[in-house]
Amino acid sequence: MRGLWKLTVIEFKLFLREPEAFFFTLIFPLVMLFVFGSIYGNDPRDYFGGFGMVDFSVPAYIGLVIAVAGLMNLPIGVAFDREKGVLRRLRATPAKASTILTAWVGVYFLATVIGAFLLIIFGKLVYGLRFGGNGWWVLFMFILGTFSMFAFGFIIASVAKTGRTASVIGMVLFFPMIFFSGATIPWSQLPDTVQTIGNAMPLTYIVRVLQGLWLGDPISVHLESIGILVGILVLGVAISARLFRWESEQQ
Amino acid sequence: MAVITVDELRKVYDDVVAVDDVSFEVEKGEIFGMVGPNGAGKTTTIESIQGLRNPDGGSISVLGMDPQSDGQELSERIGTQLQQAELPDRIKVWEAMELYSAFYQQTVDREELLSRFELTDKRNAAFSKLSGGQKQRLFIALALVNRPELIFLDELTTGLDPQARRAMWDLVREIRNQGKTVFLTTHFMDEAEQLCNRVAVIDHGKIIALDTPENLIRDIESEDRITFTVEAGVECGFLTELPGVTGLERKNNEVTVSGYGELLVSDIVTKLAEHGIHWRKLRTEQPTLEDVFLELTGREIRE
Repeated sequence: MRGLWKLTVIEFKLFLREPEAFFFTLIFPLVMLFVFGSIYGNDPRDYFGGFGMVDFSVPAYIGLVIAVAGLMNLPIGVAFDREKGVLRRLRATPAKASTILTAWVGVYFLATVIGAFLLIIFGKLVYGLRFGGNGWWVLFMFILGTFSMFAFGFIIASVAKTGRTASVIGMVLFFPMIFFSGATIPWSQLPDTVQTIGNAMPLTYIVRVLQGLWLGDPISVHLESIGILVGILVLGVAISARLFRWESEQQ
Repeated sequence: MAVITVDELRKVYDDVVAVDDVSFEVEKGEIFGMVGPNGAGKTTTIESIQGLRNPDGGSISVLGMDPQSDGQELSERIGTQLQQAELPDRIKVWEAMELYSAFYQQTVDREELLSRFELTDKRNAAFSKLSGGQKQRLFIALALVNRPELIFLDELTTGLDPQARRAMWDLVREIRNQGKTVFLTTHFMDEAEQLCNRVAVIDHGKIIALDTPENLIRDIESEDRITFTVEAGVECGFLTELPGVTGLERKNNEVTVSGYGELLVSDIVTKLAEHGIHWRKLRTEQPTLEDVFLELTGREIRE
């Protein structure tokens, strides 16, 4: 694991220097919070069992951050680095593959944590964000959700031959997912057909469980969704371990 | 003492034989060059030796290690500059140096390396803002961070202007002068001729010649060409009687004599003086590695 810390630090600095990644991960979810927060406020509503619109939205927007990191940042970053030969050069050092993988996961996980923290801090400061669940379970779900989305992202990074392809695949999956999963538009507002599509998307389960646990659901009602996410995680790791390449074909 | 021993190396991509039973040795402290056209098998060979590709046959020993099984340990002791490799656009020069140093057990003074490669005033520049020559200098600097005994340079000067190429040659010689061994590939014949102690000429995956540049050039039966100008109407036909002269051409005032022999030039000059002929603008063209390649393969290297 020699070099892991330095690689993680530098990869994180490089993440902060990518304006698009920075914006979509850290700023865009906050914009959503402020836009819908200013429209609906956070007054308690019976419909939400005494919680407000912001209390309901923040866990969903955390799902949004996870989707940005897993579907866009990670696959696009990795695929571009492969295309340019950055990975080839790294692999010529004594750095182990596991070191490089750990650094990537660490960097994008850290970015996700910061994105989630910003939502929670501003939700609290501006709208008096309320929390009605068990913090440990929410944390567990956040980690599971993030890792399964990253595993999904590694599949994209494995099948995309170029950075451009990865960004097209990432966006084609990202935009329907954030609208059909309940991450931006509340699930209950979606028509049945859209819900059917949404049920085929990993993000739907992340949002559903995070939201439920945040508002006080016991973990037992979400076991099925959690099982699906564990399945995606295992499958994603297995598939990308098989398909992932450190260099593009023409190299 | 051989630091690299390659025996019957073979690599096949789909149906194409990229490296076809290649064998050679690289001696400690030399600059060993592998020259040949693009697609001849140079990169496959140099990367197999570094353990970055898996050969389909043959054996390789580098610093007494097998690159396939001891890749990790080997990478600690070698330095590399790869073809078709880049750094992230926004990484700064000093960050790249710090990052690549962090992967090795043994490292050198980074600032000194930067100053030796004239990158000190670029240390805060992003990789994408560097010129081609600066990028290649940085890649050599990165190849040296772990104080390697053996350096691999793959097409180091491709894409550089002539001035930057010459500056790069000086740096490579300096590395050799520190007692390190350099293995380089190039498709520039003049580069191999200027820089290398020994050259392997590779074509279609096979080594077709391996020797010092001087010996390779001497071994081909190629003529020297001596050209000079004389006054209009002056007759030079008598030069064909000199030993070794094989031909004489005249274009207006310009005379070109071709032939063999180390004394050819002095013979011609003496003979002209004997006949009282004033000559100007004398120049000689001697065969180069370019001619060696042409002789061995029947084609120009840059096709």
